[in-house]
Amino acid sequence: MVDIASLSPGAQALRRDAAGPSGPKPRHVFSRRNIFLYGTLILAALYYLLPLYVMIVTSLKGMPEIRLGNIFSPPVEITFEPWVKAWATACTGLNCDGLSRGFWNSVRITVPSVILSIAIASVNGYALANWRFKGADTFFIILIVGAFIPYQVMIYPIVIILREIGIYGSLTGLVIVHSIFGMPILTLLFRNYFTSMPEELFRAARVDGAGFWGIYLRIMLPMSLPIFVVAIILQVTGIWNDFLFGVVYTRPDTYPMTVQLNNIVNSVQGVKEYNVNMAATILTGLVPLIVYFVSGKLFVRGIAAGAVKG
Amino acid sequence: MSNNERPNQLFRNLNAKIASIPMILTALVVFVGGTAWTVLYSFTNSKLLPRLNFVGLDQYHRLWATSRWLVSIENLLIYGAISLVFSLVIGFVLAALLDQKIRFEDTFRTIFLYPFALSFIVTGLVWQWLLNPDFGVQRVVRDLGWTSFSFDPLYNSSIVIYGISIAALWQGTGLIMCLMLAGLRGIDEDIWKAARVDGIPMWKTYLFIVIPMMRPVFITTLVIIAAGIVKVYDLVVAQTSGGPGIASEVPAKYVYDYMFFAQNLGQGFAASTMMLLSVVIVIVPWAYLEFGGRKRG
Repeated sequence: MVDIASLSPGAQALRRDAAGPSGPKPRHVFSRRNIFLYGTLILAALYYLLPLYVMIVTSLKGMPEIRLGNIFSPPVEITFEPWVKAWATACTGLNCDGLSRGFWNSVRITVPSVILSIAIASVNGYALANWRFKGADTFFIILIVGAFIPYQVMIYPIVIILREIGIYGSLTGLVIVHSIFGMPILTLLFRNYFTSMPEELFRAARVDGAGFWGIYLRIMLPMSLPIFVVAIILQVTGIWNDFLFGVVYTRPDTYPMTVQLNNIVNSVQGVKEYNVNMAATILTGLVPLIVYFVSGKLFVRGIAAGAVKG
Repeated sequence: MSNNERPNQLFRNLNAKIASIPMILTALVVFVGGTAWTVLYSFTNSKLLPRLNFVGLDQYHRLWATSRWLVSIENLLIYGAISLVFSLVIGFVLAALLDQKIRFEDTFRTIFLYPFALSFIVTGLVWQWLLNPDFGVQRVVRDLGWTSFSFDPLYNSSIVIYGISIAALWQGTGLIMCLMLAGLRGIDEDIWKAARVDGIPMWKTYLFIVIPMMRPVFITTLVIIAAGIVKVYDLVVAQTSGGPGIASEVPAKYVYDYMFFAQNLGQGFAASTMMLLSVVIVIVPWAYLEFGGRKRG
């Protein structure tokens, strides 16, 4: 049963043709096709897993072991010292309080950015789907086209705007920037979702006298939790992984984790401590990895939605 | 906001208009305004501060005479070609393999996609470590006895961009695989049956029937990959910082460095306008193909 299920119709036909009309042939789990198929997949999977494995293994070794040994070999003596050092005492410039500073900065950036960008985009998508006004679609098209403009074209004008308002270099400024650049994809996501909801629902609420915010809060919001989860996944990973905006719009003491990680690992001073570097790298990748492994299929949905935009 | 003269038109649907203010501001001020501003100032000789002192195409002449910019463009082309070809091929092959009704499909998909959850900084740093000639792959192979083995892409200026492409492919192919898999799942099962009845071998079915049917998926994927190529920045910063020398510079890094380090804003604006132009060259034909024939819905 196993291998019948694992064969596609096309392949079955191929095999039958090759074998000639000799009646039903017993099929084996270890058919040549299966060995090729699973062999290729397992090799590819190993290749994709290798960097993660090397990161973990390296972060658990002491420096003498790294200098002498093989990067692929498991640690002889497991030590958690590099992790402690990466978190609490690794230096960037004058600060020697490790990645923990960057971690908390990233938390302080990511949480408000995710909430603000989703709040704006969901209300916006709702207005576009159910309360169209003249000209709304024009702005929406500009927004979607704008998503393709390289960020480099817009970073300097935004620097000027933020400086004029007086929030350049602050976390507030960065939160606003994330909300702006998250808007195209999130608005598209919410607009499409709200458009696909039954029109009668909206009409019935209108007849009952509910207004713009009433319908949004009492009907749309509770009915669209899945799309909110997708949006949260998309934004948490996207904002946590951001580097460019972090480096442009914050100061050294408010750098997000990615920027601080890069500064720790690529600093030119001092002896390179590869185990500390790898521990720091895993720590930075941990949040999006956890989101990814916990969310599973919703993550795929999120990136598929993100992919529509490009 | 007021497209109409009559005030009762303006105040109709007021809540929706209020809710759309962030979108309108973003679209007009940041996207349209910001872009126009940058393009405008790319014709000035702004140095430390933006000044409206027009010098015509001077910045562009200087840009195309700068070896660092030429290296950046060359790198972008190589990186772009590798990304396009290999992510499409690897992504499609992995998707086709996963589409054979195999067991553990979810496990394999999870493994192929997880690098996509990681940032380019993390990706770049891991591959910097793996490709480190003193400790990484080169050392391991040499320790096995092949002492003349040489694989140090990040320290060899003629191949450094390939070293960066390896990391980029590791990070991004999972996404392409997912898109392709979705496309393959959208192919009608009857097509496969018909091909089987006609006795067409599987590879021919893929090559001549399935792939042409997946044209929209391929075009979307192509646009996604192309948009990602122009943006490449953090990966290079993390993996090589543009080195050795200027061998792995890319346009996005050129823009950033000229705006925020070299304090030569005009050059930065001109370079970013060139980036915009390259995106326009990619996007406009696509938009024309996708939406040109039909009316916008």
